[in-house]
Amino acid sequence: MHIPDGYLSPSTCAALYAGAALGWYGGLQRIKRTLATRMIPLISVFAAFSFVLMMFNLPLPGGTTGHALGVTIASIVLGPAGSILAISIAIAIQALFFGDGGITTLGANCFNMAIVGSLVAYATYRIVAAGAEITSRRRLLAAGLAGYVATNAAAFLAAVEFGIQPMLFRDASGVPQYAPYALGVAIPAMMIGHLAIAGVAEGIIAAGLVAYLQAADPALLQSTSGLAPGATAACQPSMRHPQRRWWIAIALLLLLTPLGVLTAGTAWGEWSASSFSSAEGRARIAAASQNRPAPPVAPTGLQRLSSLWTSPVPAYAPPVLKSTSFGYFLSGMFGVGLVIMLSLALQAYLQHRRGAGQPG
Amino acid sequence: MSRNRAIAATLVSLTRALGRALISERVARQRGLLQALDPRVRVIGLFALVLAVTLSDRISVIVALFCAAVVVALLSKVSLASLAARVWLPVLFFTGVIALPALVLTPGEPILAPTGGSFPVTAQGMSAALLLIARVETAVTLTTLLILCTPWMQVLQALRAFHVPQDVVVMLAMTHRYIFLLAETAGQMFESRQSRTVGVFDGATRRRMTARTAGVLLSKSVELSNEVFLSMQSRGFRGDVRVLSSFRMRSRDYIGLVAFLVAGGVAVWIGRS
Repeated sequence: MHIPDGYLSPSTCAALYAGAALGWYGGLQRIKRTLATRMIPLISVFAAFSFVLMMFNLPLPGGTTGHALGVTIASIVLGPAGSILAISIAIAIQALFFGDGGITTLGANCFNMAIVGSLVAYATYRIVAAGAEITSRRRLLAAGLAGYVATNAAAFLAAVEFGIQPMLFRDASGVPQYAPYALGVAIPAMMIGHLAIAGVAEGIIAAGLVAYLQAADPALLQSTSGLAPGATAACQPSMRHPQRRWWIAIALLLLLTPLGVLTAGTAWGEWSASSFSSAEGRARIAAASQNRPAPPVAPTGLQRLSSLWTSPVPAYAPPVLKSTSFGYFLSGMFGVGLVIMLSLALQAYLQHRRGAGQPG
Repeated sequence: MSRNRAIAATLVSLTRALGRALISERVARQRGLLQALDPRVRVIGLFALVLAVTLSDRISVIVALFCAAVVVALLSKVSLASLAARVWLPVLFFTGVIALPALVLTPGEPILAPTGGSFPVTAQGMSAALLLIARVETAVTLTTLLILCTPWMQVLQALRAFHVPQDVVVMLAMTHRYIFLLAETAGQMFESRQSRTVGVFDGATRRRMTARTAGVLLSKSVELSNEVFLSMQSRGFRGDVRVLSSFRMRSRDYIGLVAFLVAGGVAVWIGRS
């Protein structure tokens, strides 16, 4: 994920240096407001730890190996501000001392891995682990998920930075001046490896380190736990109902469901067989496919398989309703209700099985 | 053998990093062209050339800058064999792998059809691949020259001279020092683990072992930071950091700076398409 010199245009590098500078400034200011003197050696040692951790080869399922970034455990122990500085310093030393990653692209690498990686890892960890005890197994899941999501978020940004180069920087004859692949190639090429290997490695190492700290040094997990020192989750007034924030989030998302009808055009690939038979439908398909003309007849496989199942509520809008937005909203409520009912049924079934499995 | 592959690979990574650092320190102590210049001139000058490489659109200009970098390397007593092993071959391989599909994926005028016409190599694709390889090779060569010819402490002093915040410079200095300590500690942990490993472990056990080793290293790191903090406090550290900077520009430094900037400026001027 370390972008070397020469892959990104100077203007992209300058923009990402500016973005990274904002993160560095914010991180430094936050550290200065808290415990500056104590944080300096802690951040330095953590940067060194992250650097060494990147050299660990972790055996992964499938026989391959991967290495972690260390951004997740830094975010969990130091918080996002400390992590931004620690990982930036590790990346800077890699570039300035070991020649791994470029100098002109240092801002881009720090922006992707240190700043976005730290913020995404921290947010994911805090959301998933909200209200959990320090020693809870949910914190392992939260750390693993945070590592996976943060690594892939950073890789996605790098892929976008690669992918916009040929769109913005070509000479008169059409020769790409920097990274030569458009988004359609850069994103899958970058993401496959990170979704399958790098994200898994970061997730496993983060979860393993949190498990180790839970057993050996739980105090290190305290500062970003959201729990007051010495208090258990049950004592925290804001954590008495940890599910409340999830219900609020679901309600907000439900209210936002009609946003889907505001988007222009059709979702690429979500066409029915009848879309091909009308001129209007074919025009929509062509508009969504970079103006390549759609075939006049639906593909035979699509025709054959599309009749296998007919939805009771086609296109998220029951036929009896005239308002599409209201139909979207109702469909959203119905879908969420269905998922909740299925989850409750599964939970009841598992509890029943657990109860039946216990002796006496 | 395969059961220890990950441990062996980790040991190789750690040893290679330490080895590279030793080579850098040795080259930086030699008497050569770059070593004779003020570190600030080296940082500004080589950064200007890297910027010129990324701003130039003509491959001929980038190749000329690459040749200039080779001459500077020879005059700075940097072995071309070590540059080839450390930079040119790895960059050629990795960037080549990335650039190769661009030959056929870049739309343009077909010039070659090795697979019978279905995926023709285009002129634009060829130019894009060559441009990318030349640009990355040259930029990484220039960066490596800076790294090889400048002791780390001088890089830090130069950063301080460019008004990088003191806290950041101190953290960079401390991190650099602890990287070697932690890398050595991690290497010893993996070596002792390898020497006591007899049976064959499954993947899950090996993952647990690696995570546990990382955990112990993390605990040692935090202990180390506490010890460092206490020793800093015992010496009266109150958060103010002063970095010694004894740089003094001489006439040859000014000449070197002007030469770098003129070379970079001319390359950008000629290299614009």
